[in-house]
Amino acid sequence: MDYLLLQMLNGVQLGLLMFLLAAGLTLTFGIMDLVNLAHGSLYMMGAYIAWTMISWTDSFVLGALLALPVIFVLGLVVEAVVARRLYVRSHLDQVLATFGLILFFNELVRVIWGPAGKSIAVPAFLNRTVEILPGVPYPAYRFAIIVVGAAVAVLLAWLVARTRLGMLIRAGASNRRMIGALGVNIELLFSLVFGLGAVFAGLAGLMAAPITSVKIGMGDDILILAFVIIVIGGIGSIKGAFIAAMVVGQIDIVGRAFLPDLLKTFLSASAASSAAPAISQVLVYVVMAGVLVWRPTGLFGQRT
Amino acid sequence: MKSKLFGTATIAALATVAAGTLPAMAQSPIKIGFVSTFSGPQAAIGEDMRRSVELAKEHLGGKMGGKPFEIVYEDDQFKPDVGKQKSEKLVQQDKVNFVTGYIWSNVLLASLKTVTDEGDTILISANAGPSQIAGDLCNKNFFSTSWQNDQTPMAMGEYLQSKGVKSLYLMAGNYAAGKDMLAGVKRTFKGQIIGEDLTKWPDQLDFSAELAKIRAAKPDGIFIFYPGAHGVQFLTQYAQAGLKGQIPLYQVFSIDAITLPLQKELALGTLGAQEWVNDLPNDANKKYVADFKKKHGVYPSYYGAQSYDAIMLIASAAEALKGDLSNKDKVRAEMKKANFKSLRGDFKYNTNQFPIQNFYIQEAVKDPEGMMTVKTIATAMKDAKDPFYEKCPMK
Repeated sequence: MDYLLLQMLNGVQLGLLMFLLAAGLTLTFGIMDLVNLAHGSLYMMGAYIAWTMISWTDSFVLGALLALPVIFVLGLVVEAVVARRLYVRSHLDQVLATFGLILFFNELVRVIWGPAGKSIAVPAFLNRTVEILPGVPYPAYRFAIIVVGAAVAVLLAWLVARTRLGMLIRAGASNRRMIGALGVNIELLFSLVFGLGAVFAGLAGLMAAPITSVKIGMGDDILILAFVIIVIGGIGSIKGAFIAAMVVGQIDIVGRAFLPDLLKTFLSASAASSAAPAISQVLVYVVMAGVLVWRPTGLFGQRT
Repeated sequence: MKSKLFGTATIAALATVAAGTLPAMAQSPIKIGFVSTFSGPQAAIGEDMRRSVELAKEHLGGKMGGKPFEIVYEDDQFKPDVGKQKSEKLVQQDKVNFVTGYIWSNVLLASLKTVTDEGDTILISANAGPSQIAGDLCNKNFFSTSWQNDQTPMAMGEYLQSKGVKSLYLMAGNYAAGKDMLAGVKRTFKGQIIGEDLTKWPDQLDFSAELAKIRAAKPDGIFIFYPGAHGVQFLTQYAQAGLKGQIPLYQVFSIDAITLPLQKELALGTLGAQEWVNDLPNDANKKYVADFKKKHGVYPSYYGAQSYDAIMLIASAAEALKGDLSNKDKVRAEMKKANFKSLRGDFKYNTNQFPIQNFYIQEAVKDPEGMMTVKTIATAMKDAKDPFYEKCPMK
């Protein structure tokens, strides 16, 4: 039972990180109709900028807080310089241009921070375990990720459901042309949404940094998973992204934690241990395919 | 037009005369290609190897067999396909006499044929030792100054067996070397294997699910193979999960001079196995470690020591042949003698051209100056041969 709880928490932690990344992606895709492959680069930039700020201030929390506005500005700049020109173009043009951005950011990081990658240490006050239940320790830093991730999810839900900005975002996701016709300053809205997405991606990057490490191209692999999440959840839906991220987080953990034992019940031990890693890696895509057959626009996508 | 041609000819003639004042024939340098990882999170390993190669060059006075030599470094970017391309470039474009380096078994396996068969060039692995190359794929053009992958974990397994450890949980990256390592420990450790995880390589750096499984499985010990940056992440997460002090960790290639500056006190007391340790008491090793530390302020690793040995092995053949490397059969015959002062102490080559050598158990400690390092505490295996040499057709 304790074991199950621990594994579920691991899944929730991974899911919340993925949600932060997917939230920005689903908004830009849903509202601006922009396929932004460079979203993973913002995740990477978040980690690198945080590394600089943390070594500068000598404090993880302070460094992270200073990094976020920088990433917001970076998001605005990327939007103004590149993304804004792409809204009216075809998806293929967008993919090409934002793929170019990935190469640009990877090279930029190489020039500024060097090729070797960086590591961010877990802040001292979180470098211990907390007892979530008596006798069930859990790493404090991962617990902090869950708390921050959940807080951001609540904040985002409030923003989208209860504020004027959120109303415009929802309107934009369902009918872009109409809100333009109603006299809403679309350019400003798009900039804000893009900047917000960048902040969430950057936050995910800097929170993941002490667990993985800060390296060139760190956002490229995880971006694929983020796309899977927004496809499962339905493009443009924050609620969908949240639920899909939770599902994907749990699937990943199930694949790693329970699949080998499950396979052993009907395969030999050696066959099970070599098949399990392979199967757990494709499990997420199998689920995505299943959801698409059942609901072609995703769990919470707009029916057209 | 005519005068211009004349001018060019004069310059060319003068240049020839100038060059002629030196013994021109002996001056075409020996070229050695060195493939390693110089970018990304594993670049620290490549840097340690490069430093050791440069130190070997310094100790040799820049010459082997009376000839100058140069090293061409290439970055495999930690990717098998890039490693193969770079190896191809070294052999076909740079026309190097030897290719060495290779941290990763999957990069080496991808590059092997390109160098040894298509290029008919001698390859010396300074680290990777995949089982395939020790057995069926063994090759007259392949030499190792490291070990075969199974051997180091075999040494660790034997030690744990002798210490009465009852059960182990095994973890490694899911690639050629990771599979060899786990197979290796199972050859000598006869206790119970409670669990075994091969994690996605090299992408997976988050081991939360696996660590939770280990907590539930309650083994006597955990055995891991996570080189470089992965070892740093594993140890940090193992400590964060509160397992340190509860379930002891045993490792191969996961705590060393590369990772210790980042792992720091977390590594203290952890045991591992290795064929070379910085405190092995032979003269060549004392000089190497002292000079390396003086120059860079840090300890060298086995990656560096094996790279140093690779250069010294080439130098021994070049010395014996007085710099004439034109006959490859003679070069190979000389190399097979392993007639040089290896940093691990003298060793002989087996039929598959892997070393027959000792393996030691080492412990992570603090040196008198407070710097983290490893020290030898026992000899786990003496004159060990790898388990695959009988499958190699070479005799």
